[in-house]
Amino acid sequence: MPGMQQGLVISHNQVNRDMFELEFIAPEIAEECQPGQFIHIKPGLRDQPLLRRPLSIYDVDKRLGSVTLLYKVVGTGTRLLTSVRTKEYVDVMGPLGRGFKLPDQPERILLVGGGVGIAPLVYLARVLEEQGCDITVLHGTESRRQLVAFEKLRQIGTDFFPATMDGTAGYKGLVTELLLKKIEPKKLDRIYTCGPEPMMAVVAEFAANHNIEAEVSLEEYMACGVGACLGCARKLKTNDTQYVKVCKDGPVFNIKEVELYK
Amino acid sequence: MKKEMEISREIDISTDLGGIKLNNPVCAASGTFGYGREYEPYVDISKIGAVIVKGTTLEPRAGNPPPRIIETASGMLNAIGLENPGINEFLNTHLPYLRENNVTVIANIAGNTIEEYAAIAEMIEGNPGVAGIELNISCPNVKQGGLQFGTDPQMVYEVVKAVKEKTTLPVMPKLSPNVTDIVEIARASEAGGADALSMINTLMGMAVDINTRKPFLANIFGGLSGPAIKPVALRMIYQVYREVKLPILGGGGIVNYRDALEFLMVGATAISVGTGIFINPQLTEEIVSNLLHYMQENNVASLSELVGAAHQA
Ligand SMILES: Cc1cc2nc3c(=O)[nH]c(=O)nc-3n(C[C@H](O)[C@H](O)[C@H](O)COP(=O)(O)OP(=O)(O)OC[C@H]3O[C@@H](n4cnc5c(N)ncnc54)[C@H](O)[C@@H]3O)c2cc1C
Ligand SMILES: Cc1cc2nc3c(=O)[nH]c(=O)nc-3n(C[C@H](O)[C@H](O)[C@H](O)COP(=O)(O)O)c2cc1C
Ligand code: FES
Repeated sequence: MPGMQQGLVISHNQVNRDMFELEFIAPEIAEECQPGQFIHIKPGLRDQPLLRRPLSIYDVDKRLGSVTLLYKVVGTGTRLLTSVRTKEYVDVMGPLGRGFKLPDQPERILLVGGGVGIAPLVYLARVLEEQGCDITVLHGTESRRQLVAFEKLRQIGTDFFPATMDGTAGYKGLVTELLLKKIEPKKLDRIYTCGPEPMMAVVAEFAANHNIEAEVSLEEYMACGVGACLGCARKLKTNDTQYVKVCKDGPVFNIKEVELYK
Repeated sequence: MKKEMEISREIDISTDLGGIKLNNPVCAASGTFGYGREYEPYVDISKIGAVIVKGTTLEPRAGNPPPRIIETASGMLNAIGLENPGINEFLNTHLPYLRENNVTVIANIAGNTIEEYAAIAEMIEGNPGVAGIELNISCPNVKQGGLQFGTDPQMVYEVVKAVKEKTTLPVMPKLSPNVTDIVEIARASEAGGADALSMINTLMGMAVDINTRKPFLANIFGGLSGPAIKPVALRMIYQVYREVKLPILGGGGIVNYRDALEFLMVGATAISVGTGIFINPQLTEEIVSNLLHYMQENNVASLSELVGAAHQA
């Protein structure tokens, strides 16, 4: 069962110009975490900003009872979060949402992340690795400075291939170009992706063309995070009559169920 | 310490909201607590004063296209569009669950016409487990060119009366703050036979995305809730308390027990928390325990000593 806790911050590091890694101790939450789920965190104690902010589970240390988040500063909430110091507490709820569906047996897996969308794929990689999967990761960013998960992914034991727009590391250009050029679909059983929707749309097409199982992690503005307010509604396909709740029915969906924005 | 415990045994915070019996005065507001289930991991839902369930219509509704919500200064706008599975589904699947879990349930109903409100009330009648009906009158009346029920005293009178005729349950219209004279609407409710008043629903507002230069919400307008609306809610309850004798369920922006006390003091018999629950799912419980503590500290033996206290000269 998910819960609400005051997580004791044990490390909080700026990893590049606008991204931070925040690790806190919350044993009950850590114990329950599945890859692809998220933590609903309250930045600050006041009414501004008012609501919690959803952040993906970036890594978990069950032995230590800790959860790590990776976030990019984009507005009021994430900016306020940067002021939290070690030995202080963060107000966290979770783990929330439906995470990635894991394979029943060891498989050949491709993870495609765009920008901070790499976050949920890191904990996923850790769990898949423990299951004996063979994992390739493609991570697309502006520049090498944003390849913040590189160390973790290498240590987990994945094959890591970056794509940077400025060519400062790995392939120069879009990660989707790297995908189409480099990846042999016949050598893949399953794909997981998280990042900007146009990127995921290319991944979806690739998966469909080669008939590969794939899942995406979606984003929507959230209030409650638990399926109560119906604020995070989304139509998976244009002609659907019903909305899904991204917080509860997702954020992870089978790629075939979703029409992604191009 | 010992003395405090003795007092605590004497403090009674159960209350009566026009015939709706509440073990404590803190309720979960409609549309913010789903059907209770969603918050089960966080709070003992049977201990909440009452769970006011998501607004329910005669037929299922898909709701508005996204984006449906956006945060604003100390508040949020929502335009959910009353997404709900319809009254049958509520009665067949959600109500039995709430009943089994001993939850005090207030049904919140909404309609396009007076006849729809009456029909829903009639369908609820006789189903065990509903303690009362809250009427969401912030809905457009399709037979009156989409004019909101809650903005016209005559329509308020008629819809309350029509529902009262179909039910033996206490009926509590939920007043819209988007009116010139809230007292007039409260009086119309009383004349129609309301047993209590719920105040206030969200204030209509909007926000613009400066990048796209378009209204942020797909619906353009949305209802403002959260701490931003608290002063408005307090003012309206204060006005109505002086003129109308019905008990009031007060809410709008409550995020802690001090807010709750303000509502009691302007005249609310019980209070509801909505947006505050999104931030703290245990808010109802927390307010109850802090309220008890406050009453002990200040030698207040019963809620009635607090209700309307701000009106005494
Ligand atoms: C399930 C889920 C998992 C997420 N995981 C991560 C993560 O691991 N790391 C991370 O950095 N971010 C993640 N996000 C996005 C993150 O929640 C937002 O960036 C954050 O809420 C912004 O808060 P803020 O107060 O700083 O920005 P605000 O002041 O609220 O907004 C600033 C800008 O960010 C945009 N924005 C705000 N919220 C969202 C949102 N939910 N989706 C898209 N754009 C938004 C707005 O359009 C605006 O331009 C996730 C979102 C979801 C729904
Ligand atoms: C997301 C959301 C959905 C709501 N849905 C309903 C509803 O279905 N029926 C209703 O009468 N009020 C609804 N409300 C209004 C609340 O019940 C409450 O009256 C209002 O939000 C003010 O209280 P608050 O500031 O504590 O949230 C909704 C509010 C929010 C934020
Ligand atoms: S955020 Fe409330 S239902 Fe998803």
